[in-house]
Amino acid sequence: MSTSIAQIQQELVDEFAMFQDWQDRYEHLIDMAKGLQTIDPSRKLDDNLVRGCQSRVWLHGEKVDGKVRFTADSDALITKGIVALLVRVYSGHTPQEILGASSEFIDRIGLRQHLSPNRANGLSAMIDQMKHYALAFSA
Amino acid sequence: MISPAVNAAYDVESLRAEFPVLGEQVHGKSLVYFDNAATTQKPKQVIEAVDHYYRAYNSNVHRGAHMLSSLATEAQENAREALRAHINARRAHEVVFTAGTTASLNMAAGSLGQLLLKPGDEVLVTAMEHHANIVPWQFACERHGAKLKVVPITGEGELDLPVIPGLPRNPGLFTDQPGQAPNPGLFTDRTKILAIAHVSNTLGTINPVKELVAEAKRRGIATVVDGAQAIAHLPVDVQDLGCDLYAFSGHKMYAPTGIGVLYGREELLEQMPPWSGGGEMIDRVTFERTTYAGLPFKFEAGTPHIAGIIGLGAAVNWIESRGKEAMAAHEEALLEYATETLSAIDGLRIIGTAAKKVGVVSFVVEGVHHSDLGTLLDQQGIAVRTGHHCTQPLMQCFNITGTTRASFAPYNTIGEVDAMVAATRRAVNMLR
Repeated sequence: MSTSIAQIQQELVDEFAMFQDWQDRYEHLIDMAKGLQTIDPSRKLDDNLVRGCQSRVWLHGEKVDGKVRFTADSDALITKGIVALLVRVYSGHTPQEILGASSEFIDRIGLRQHLSPNRANGLSAMIDQMKHYALAFSA
Repeated sequence: MISPAVNAAYDVESLRAEFPVLGEQVHGKSLVYFDNAATTQKPKQVIEAVDHYYRAYNSNVHRGAHMLSSLATEAQENAREALRAHINARRAHEVVFTAGTTASLNMAAGSLGQLLLKPGDEVLVTAMEHHANIVPWQFACERHGAKLKVVPITGEGELDLPVIPGLPRNPGLFTDQPGQAPNPGLFTDRTKILAIAHVSNTLGTINPVKELVAEAKRRGIATVVDGAQAIAHLPVDVQDLGCDLYAFSGHKMYAPTGIGVLYGREELLEQMPPWSGGGEMIDRVTFERTTYAGLPFKFEAGTPHIAGIIGLGAAVNWIESRGKEAMAAHEEALLEYATETLSAIDGLRIIGTAAKKVGVVSFVVEGVHHSDLGTLLDQQGIAVRTGHHCTQPLMQCFNITGTTRASFAPYNTIGEVDAMVAATRRAVNMLR
């Protein structure tokens, strides 16, 4: 049985709890950015841009064997780290699981208070976009 | 070793003590506030003037038959007089209160457009304008069938101007000089309005406004100056500049947000139609016909931002007491030092290297996105602005998506510049 969304969220909360200061936290995000399975260049279309982000973020979802697989990219590294974190949480699950998942782990990670209002809005926009894909694939 | 050229007699610490917010901490670190081109902080004299108005004599102006209204009216008109003196306007009624530079420029474009623009006419702006000095003119051009033309800029971020007395640069701006081919991009016999920034918010470039205004005037072209970034950092003398209209905001000169000024030359303001209708701006109203009040009230419909006006008056008094020149000299020392120390960072490039600049340093770092840099500077207590700074056409000129911008005020210190440079190095190392 695969790991549930809630379990992955808890893993992330535990991971981030280990960091003492802002620099470690951001370095971890940057590492996640570097590990992101990026979107196919042919999918880097304006249609796949997430609205509401200061930097450009592309997000693509597809349904493979009943599960939604997300790929993404951004021209800013920290933003890419944030979207990588979300891909790790939501990718590889059924549309119903994604739609039913809570996003309060973001607050538990302590990320939101370290993000500017612009980025916090961008983060919400990314989650909304992922849920939109899930909704479309659940039909 | 780069040594700062600060004046030892300039008492930055006593000046800082007047700004309560500068004692705040951000993410557990001392605040370094380098976002002054977006808005400046407020000295206690301004905060107290606003506080005192609400506590002691809050009242509407120009209409109440009672003591408090008289006090509020007197305070408002004293502020208008202080502003008149500050920009050396001939008359206090040439100072129109607005909600800020954007409101001033919308009023200028709307009203002046209606007065002057006919189909086929042209409005000339520059490539370094803030959106607030582009979009209102696009509205006006669309409404009246006119065209928007753009003065190009050089790679240094200066206006690309022809050789005329007092101005360097290549030919092309003026079409009627002997031996020059007409240039459809610039001044023509259809140009009716020149709208230009005194200082670029993104680059810090100080434009040769006086010379351009003189040339426009010679051709009967109306001149509108966006003074948002100049008003707190340069001496502004509207009679010396010779412009018809000059727009600026209170909040960029240590006053509250939501208050600004449109200065207008009396003769032109008299001709311009009112832009908003309502109370305060009328003489007589019947359902058949309304006649308007005199200047400045014709342009001040509705209850004004009285507290803001009083705060703005207090800010002007504060600037005068501290001395604009001494503060500008300090900002220049900060600019020079920041330019040199930032330039030493590998891969960092300053955007905007004009010969004449105010204290604004915009830069890009190779391989680093400005929004990442802004986030990591914020984590270290340093407030800068990142992005396109409401100048997207200018970003297109430089073929970049945005910059990181540090902008200075008289309360900033050399130590803060050092902190920013160190924080930038640390952030860049993390991001590469």
